[in-house]
Amino acid sequence: MNNAQLLVDDPGWIITLKAVIVFAVCVVLTIMSVWGERRIVARMQMRVGPNRVGKFGLIQALADGVKLALKEDLIPAAADKVVFIIAPVISVTAAFMAFAVMPMTGPVNFFGEETVMQLTDLPVGVLYVLATASVGVYGIVLAGWSSGSTYPLLGGLRSSAQVVSYEIAMGLSLVSVFIYSGSMSTSSIVAAQQSTWWYGLVLFPSFVIYAISMVGETNRAPFDLAEAEGELVGGFHTEYSSLKFALFFLAEYINIIAVSALATTLFLGGYHAIPGLGFTEQWLGGWFTLVWFFLKVLFFFFVFVWLRGTLPRLRYDQFMQFGWKVLIPVSLLWILVVATLRLISTTSQSRVTTFIFAGVVVLIVMGISTAVDASKRKRAAHVYPEAAAPSFAVPSLPSEITTINVSNSVSDKGGDRG
Amino acid sequence: MADQNEFQPLVNKENKDVDITSVAYEKVEQPGPKSLLKQAQGFWVTFITMFKKVNTVQYPEVKEPTAERFHGRHQLNRHPDGLEKCIGCELCAWACPADAIYVEGADNTPENQMSPGERYGKVYQINYLRCVFCGLCIEACPTRALTMTNEYELADSTRSKLIFEKDDLLGPLRAGMLPPPHPMYPGMTDTNYYNGDVKEAHPSQEQK
Repeated sequence: MNNAQLLVDDPGWIITLKAVIVFAVCVVLTIMSVWGERRIVARMQMRVGPNRVGKFGLIQALADGVKLALKEDLIPAAADKVVFIIAPVISVTAAFMAFAVMPMTGPVNFFGEETVMQLTDLPVGVLYVLATASVGVYGIVLAGWSSGSTYPLLGGLRSSAQVVSYEIAMGLSLVSVFIYSGSMSTSSIVAAQQSTWWYGLVLFPSFVIYAISMVGETNRAPFDLAEAEGELVGGFHTEYSSLKFALFFLAEYINIIAVSALATTLFLGGYHAIPGLGFTEQWLGGWFTLVWFFLKVLFFFFVFVWLRGTLPRLRYDQFMQFGWKVLIPVSLLWILVVATLRLISTTSQSRVTTFIFAGVVVLIVMGISTAVDASKRKRAAHVYPEAAAPSFAVPSLPSEITTINVSNSVSDKGGDRG
Repeated sequence: MADQNEFQPLVNKENKDVDITSVAYEKVEQPGPKSLLKQAQGFWVTFITMFKKVNTVQYPEVKEPTAERFHGRHQLNRHPDGLEKCIGCELCAWACPADAIYVEGADNTPENQMSPGERYGKVYQINYLRCVFCGLCIEACPTRALTMTNEYELADSTRSKLIFEKDDLLGPLRAGMLPPPHPMYPGMTDTNYYNGDVKEAHPSQEQK
């Protein structure tokens, strides 16, 4: 019995209860992850982080939420009121919705009903997640536009450009998962990984591309250009205050959890135990799989925090260049390779064919990379010929700064040099 | 000095004024992007830092001593017999760049001898909303009456509470000190006081 069959006979009250649980899990995880992020980043910077409110500062995020709720809710005079109010709602709703298709446990007994902890199992579950993520961008764009202010508008534009760009790479990285599992349903993909290795290993390049693009997709450091405080104040949410701001905050963290959950589901075997510990899945009547699921999700969350603690923010053009000129072409090529390999293996050709194909691919990649390196060197030599000593002071070419200018004849007079 | 490379400076020896053509080029280390492994080292740094001892001091519960010569709240000192050192000269007020000090001097009389010599500081106020803790007042003080303590917890809820009066600033009466006003040590002049000849109060100084 697969998940879809288990879910189809759920009575209405179980579906309602599950929906409430998904909602509660999202909110609680947000609160805990805000706290966790602040604590972890603090440790990385040799600080302690919030440790005042509650034991270990555990309810710091809750206290912040209460504070936000009690604050004055400002709507700028220049704002488009209706859109301004709707935008955070769109953002947070889309974020919540993505979690509906995540299979969090294997078959469990839920109040006497044999079911799985998954709200619904769509045959195109992964596409649904991508779709809700894209709808979430509307929240950000509309927030930026409706604020009637420059910085939010720029932040919103950046954010939309960013999400659109990285969603392509993200979608492409998922294609190879679809090819290998033969399904777009989250639960089938999890099941398919049980028969082979985790797709994080089998389709390692896809995993890397997904991991990078999920950071871009959620507007997180080092890709948090949409809210680069040094350039755009707060980005799209500059004009927001009180609960509306809290909603954006909530949406951001739920998005992080959602993409982490998707990564877990697609690449790390979902709710299944790590290989070798399969017996633990029977513990607590199957409920122990929940622990495995959240362990993996929290691992991804830790990586998010780790990235934030380590890397500086990218420049916007570098960021776009990386997305369009590296991630997308690489994913396209990788899909080509995966599709061919898949075809070879399904048409039951001999292993030799597979190895020959793989060898040819490796050779081609090496050849291309050598050619690129050579052309780079050649171009560098062409653009910057051997520098002759300048007869007057000129600023050095940016790529060739191997020298700094120092004044050689220091005037002993000082002051006015006229 | 770094190596001089082939770009030798075109030094204009005759004209000592700065000439834009006389610029020397010095080689500097400008490493390009390193290998992927080298770049990933940053991740190790942040990871291992998580397990290091934190620098944070849990302030209200744990208080670390300040630097020895930290500029904190002022103190008006006393001579060993309890008389005030301040002579009301206002030099501290004049030295203050923030105009935080207000002093009003008055004459010592035999009935009301607050400090050795002729004058004493009748009113002495320091406004800690203005004070920048530069210590110029301490340098200006001719009798070493004004010094600074290491006390830094000076926050308060009203403006008026942060104008410290003479009572707030005066140092405590220590052993052997008598609360002024009282006569000077018998047989001692103000010069003796400044030279440190007075070690403690004399019984005769106690006022009836």
